[in-house]
Amino acid sequence: MAVTIKVLWAIIGCGLVTWLSRVIPFVLVKNFDLPAWLIRYLSFVPLVIMTALIMENIFTHQAHQLPAVNYENLLATLPTFLAAIISKSLIVIVVVGIICMALVRLIF
Amino acid sequence: MNGQLDFETGIKDALPTVFGYIGIGLAFGIVGKTSGLSVLEILLMSLITYAGSAQFIMVSLLLVNSSIPFIMLSVFLVNARFILMSTTVAQYFRQDSIWQNIGIGTLLTDETFALSMNKLNFTNHRLAPSWFHGANWVAYLTWALATVAGGILGNLVGDPKTFGLDFALLAMFIGLLYLQMISDRSKGFWFQVGMVILICVLMYSLTIFLSNNVALIVTTLIGCFLGMVIEQWRLR
Repeated sequence: MAVTIKVLWAIIGCGLVTWLSRVIPFVLVKNFDLPAWLIRYLSFVPLVIMTALIMENIFTHQAHQLPAVNYENLLATLPTFLAAIISKSLIVIVVVGIICMALVRLIF
Repeated sequence: MNGQLDFETGIKDALPTVFGYIGIGLAFGIVGKTSGLSVLEILLMSLITYAGSAQFIMVSLLLVNSSIPFIMLSVFLVNARFILMSTTVAQYFRQDSIWQNIGIGTLLTDETFALSMNKLNFTNHRLAPSWFHGANWVAYLTWALATVAGGILGNLVGDPKTFGLDFALLAMFIGLLYLQMISDRSKGFWFQVGMVILICVLMYSLTIFLSNNVALIVTTLIGCFLGMVIEQWRLR
């Protein structure tokens, strides 16, 4: 159960930069009024970030080539989207997703 | 999901996201252990750094003996999206004390962020600190426990991928994205469908030239700008 000094410093250093990116905006927004255009800009963050996070799990950057396709994730994504449209329930969507991925791996 | 904003409802609303943390947390614990971290180091990293996907990057960089400033810079880039998410969430807590704000921000994750944006559609666009703390603590504790469990199981279980659990996270984002699109009445459904397609094209194109993490940030910055401009143009 050893903790090496270097790992500990990495944990603390990375913890600090992550914490600051999470907390500084809260302190700033509390004390300053955001301009109307910035509020409109930020209203797109949920839609854009979630779409980009999904894409990030399907396509991976490769040097000097088109992005690699994660076919497992791509295949399981489609029925999961269907489950979302039909059930509109997060827990159903997640469970269907897990089952689909297990099936995809079983079959291919 | 309903309109209640107390601590217990926060816990309950966050339960579907637990699967995602368990799947990825187990995977992280196993990867950490097989890359030479001790279980205590895994626990400390989950409790102190608490950075989800960035923790995988830390492990891989530690493994190749990168310098600490370089590791910190990489983690900052991967987590730079937090700046945008925090700024978005913080607008709903301006009336609350600075300590409540810091508390919410400290444990904010992609998942609780997305969850809170969905919650807004049930509460007349209000959020409460107690609800957010409930959701955040479920996420924080589940992540710590799952990563430690992965570290202890270590080499025993082999690949957690066999069970499809690692897909839970992606499934959750798909679910939260769709639920967001059908419940956000401030933007029309088909406008949002158009935006999603645009973002997919943008993200794919940028992934050709940039690493995934950088492409994610650049897509977010450009995508929100395009959304704002197109919305303005539509309202005209």
